[in-house]
Amino acid sequence: MAKPIAVYNDVHKSFGDVEVLKGIDLEIAPAEKVALIGPSGSGKTTIIRMLMTLEQPTSGTIVVDGQYLWHMEKNGELVPANEKHLRQVRGDIGMVFQHFNLFPHMSILENCMVAPINVKGVPKKEARERSVEMLEKVGLGDKLDDYPSQLSGGQKQRVAMARALVMRPKIMLFDEVTSALDPELVGEVLEVIRDIAKEGEMAMVLVTHEMDFARDIADRVVFLDEGRIAEQGTPEQVLENSESERLNSFLSRFRS
Amino acid sequence: MTWNWNYVVESLPAIFQGMWITLGLTIACYLFAMLFGFVWTFVRRIPWRPLQMVVAFIMEFIRSTPPLVQLFFLYYAWPMVPYVGLTLDPITVAIIGLGVHFSTYIAEIYRSGIESIDKGQWEAATALNLSLKDKWTKIILPQAIPPTIPMLGNYLIIMFKEVPLTSTIGVAGMLHMANNFGSKNFAYLEPLTLVALFFLVMSYPTAVLFRKLEQKMNRRFDKSNPTGKIDKGVVT
Repeated sequence: MAKPIAVYNDVHKSFGDVEVLKGIDLEIAPAEKVALIGPSGSGKTTIIRMLMTLEQPTSGTIVVDGQYLWHMEKNGELVPANEKHLRQVRGDIGMVFQHFNLFPHMSILENCMVAPINVKGVPKKEARERSVEMLEKVGLGDKLDDYPSQLSGGQKQRVAMARALVMRPKIMLFDEVTSALDPELVGEVLEVIRDIAKEGEMAMVLVTHEMDFARDIADRVVFLDEGRIAEQGTPEQVLENSESERLNSFLSRFRS
Repeated sequence: MTWNWNYVVESLPAIFQGMWITLGLTIACYLFAMLFGFVWTFVRRIPWRPLQMVVAFIMEFIRSTPPLVQLFFLYYAWPMVPYVGLTLDPITVAIIGLGVHFSTYIAEIYRSGIESIDKGQWEAATALNLSLKDKWTKIILPQAIPPTIPMLGNYLIIMFKEVPLTSTIGVAGMLHMANNFGSKNFAYLEPLTLVALFFLVMSYPTAVLFRKLEQKMNRRFDKSNPTGKIDKGVVT
């Protein structure tokens, strides 16, 4: 395996008295597509939220592209990271949320332009070009000046993907991005993710309940159960040929 | 005693002179309150419990004491406080006194606006790696403030109506001038009626103006709703 882009090392996470993650060890290779599956409450969303710096691990370390994410080295010791350090490391990471979280006061184009201009100092003209290109790619080139409230859920989610992609992250995180959508809109969003995945250079971690989709695009499927990685492997190994009872009973809920 | 139109005309110059003071003072107090409101709002967000408690207490204290008492204290008592005491002119006392008093209410409005913003907006801003300053100025405040405009407008009008309190410390506003004019001639009916009328004439258009501003702000949020009439649930 090439030098991993992200490494979880014995990561624990508790919310109050409830330990959600009980020691996660996980490596993600550059350009690898990883699907996280598991019952609700198994901690899969928490795993990617920690990588996006939205939740702080209770213990353990996460390394992104060779740098500690939640820690920094000071006089040879690991100390908790400050905001400056977090900003520097999380620039490699992008995320798409279940509920889109578009900025309602900005047009779709502005949604995409705000970060490249203000975070990366990209000139306005170039940020615009990049955003338009990305929005065309997700099939919304004709909606540039629309506002989020004018779009369908599927369109909103595609904008959210364009917005994240404009920042050219090395890892993209997808947090149940089709769960809030009407069934007939799921397809268009999965299609876009598939296209992005095909381009290849970016690592992707997807929390998903779409098993067929996971089988299709993932290089590896990770099954989480009660805060631990219970099983992982290729989609064939995990989704079809596992002997784990827990996994099979979980999967049986998705078979019709 | 009957209504005397000639006397009305005679009293106008004095009242107009006072009106400018009243208007200017209202605007100055309001700007002060709006800015200082931000100070309260942000200081209260500093995650350090003792500080939050002290600030909450001070705000409660300011809100629970009458503005008139605060003006009197600042004007008459503050100069006698050892070491930190200062003699201030009436206008300065008026701006600080009323400004600070109303800033505590305005801070509450800001807070409600900020807390109404979905946590997902903060998370998306973090995911895009925006700086703390950009999160506030580009994402949170532009969404948090427009819905509070009607309430902020109300406070402008309330404040406008409280400004005559400063007459008691000698600010020569509209009421003060009218009262002086009346006492010179032992006839108060006309000047004081004019003052009441002027307050009405200025308050009402302000209320209308804020309603228009609110609609304009709503339009910015939702281009598919050209009238901008309030329709909650627009922001999804």
